[in-house]
Amino acid sequence: MSVSVDTPRRVDDFEVRKLRHPWRSVAAVIVGLAAVGVGWVFATNPNMDWPTVGAYLFAELTIRGLMVTLYLTVVSMLIGLVGGTVIAIMTLSHNPVLRAVATTYVTIFRGIPVLVQIIFWGFIGAFFPAVTIGVPFTDIVFFSSPTSALINSTTAAILALGLNEAAYASEIVRAGIQSVDSGQREASSALGMNRATTMQRIILPQAMRVVVPPMGNEVISLLKTSALVSVIAGNDLMTNLQQVYAQNYKVIPLLVVASVWYLIVTTLLSIGQSQLEKRFGRGVTSTLPSRVKRVSR
Amino acid sequence: MVLADNVGKKFGHHEVLKGVDLSVAKGDVTCLLGPSGSGKSTLLRCINHLERIDSGRLYVDGDLVGYRQEGRILHELDDRYIARQRTKIGMVFQRFNLFPHMTALENVMEAPRRVLKEPATEARRRATALLEQVGLADKAHHFPAQLSGGQQQRVAIARALAMKPELMLFDEPTSALDPELVGEVLKVMRELAASGMTMVVVTHEMGFAREAADQVVFLDNGVIVEQGTPSEVLGNPQHERTQSFLSRVL
Ligand SMILES: Nc1ncnc2c1ncn2[C@@H]1O[C@H](COP(=O)(O)OP(=O)(O)OP(=O)(O)O)[C@@H](O)[C@H]1O
Ligand SMILES: [Mg+2]
Repeated sequence: MSVSVDTPRRVDDFEVRKLRHPWRSVAAVIVGLAAVGVGWVFATNPNMDWPTVGAYLFAELTIRGLMVTLYLTVVSMLIGLVGGTVIAIMTLSHNPVLRAVATTYVTIFRGIPVLVQIIFWGFIGAFFPAVTIGVPFTDIVFFSSPTSALINSTTAAILALGLNEAAYASEIVRAGIQSVDSGQREASSALGMNRATTMQRIILPQAMRVVVPPMGNEVISLLKTSALVSVIAGNDLMTNLQQVYAQNYKVIPLLVVASVWYLIVTTLLSIGQSQLEKRFGRGVTSTLPSRVKRVSR
Repeated sequence: MVLADNVGKKFGHHEVLKGVDLSVAKGDVTCLLGPSGSGKSTLLRCINHLERIDSGRLYVDGDLVGYRQEGRILHELDDRYIARQRTKIGMVFQRFNLFPHMTALENVMEAPRRVLKEPATEARRRATALLEQVGLADKAHHFPAQLSGGQQQRVAIARALAMKPELMLFDEPTSALDPELVGEVLKVMRELAASGMTMVVVTHEMGFAREAADQVVFLDNGVIVEQGTPSEVLGNPQHERTQSFLSRVL
């Protein structure tokens, strides 16, 4: 491929003619024209209103919303990771009760659209007006508070996204745990290690290799899904911009602002993810020269 | 040290062990021979309670494996007690089963640290000594993937010895190795046998069986067909199935 066109490559005494790919050039021209066309339509559309895009791109309320979006993503992902790991371990447990609980959890939280879950948590106060902790069937109450005081829209968003994410993450962690060779568990048992130690010291560290790349995907997907919390006024990027265009009707320019920020963050995350993948795909540690060769191809 | 009394094990309807009687004296080396599928691995795994037996009794060091006997009732032991019983038994696998995310030293230190709760300095000191014993002092900081099969298996032996076992089980420890690497593992096993360790070894290495074993047991189709000293079983087999097996492997 990299042989220059001017000096034809030779094999023994024969000149080698490179295989030509004429359709690639044709495709490139068509795609190029289409891209210019689409770009042109957007750029010159009088409704596009670039000054508005510019005015809101770095506006205080945009940045504040972006921070809330990032916060929602990070906290929900942490809940998802921890919850997902616990559920995965329950799913693989020998205890049938734990298994049933875990399976039910995954069925419910994966089976109901996340939009519905967000609205549910957003309106939880209408369902349970007060949260009370006490001894059931008696008058003993340790703690009682109106639900709305405990769960504001951001908390509701985190609960909805985090609990939903835990269901998805648990499937990833489960696959990771099951990918670890059964000989590892046997060797640990033979050494007298109990189940918890085996899981924590032997199985989970090895499962990480399989778990990390799809988890990167989950973070990106969660970031985008978080835009849905605008339906309960979650104060995130989408909520804030939506509130602006509800007043000034400049829907498209504000959606462009949102898209730019979502694209920037997802692109950064994708770069981070491919770095992680390289690191974990390489083997269990980064100091394994012999393994680098084997796995990296 | 090990006493099997009419031990039976089924997988579904498939009877893998059909009443095995076996006795292994303290300090003795027993070699278990037999064709593929005869139940050798299953018997070892039962001794270590990686499999639960379906009938008969199995004792290690006088203790019933996996159960507690009270009068005529056998109580299943819970995982914690079984784990404690296993610490007395070391096991070496055909495919080594080293922990790939840990160095050789960490592999050996792990169980003493987590199970015996040894302090790190003590665990490290003993692990270093054990690696030296198996001739791998210079490989302590290598990961399993950076070691040859023979070296990995020697680390695995050191790892099992780190729990100070009274009994060592070997399941075809050399059959996953290139022929030129078999010798270094057998050498470590011979030294271990000479040091007085009680060992039960499933192997196809007849040279090892002849030299190191006090007792050779031939298992076929879930029953012990023949047992005795190496010269009896290997030199002058009585049973026709032993004869045909030996003629194939020798
Ligand atoms: N977990 C299991 N479930 C069902 N069947 C099993 C299981 N483990 C072993 N078996 C069956 O039990 C029989 C004996 O197996 P075992 O591994 O003990 O034989 P072996 O003598 O060690 O043979 P090899 O020399 O091939 O290792 C085989 O037929 C095997 O298919
Ligand atoms: Mg076997």
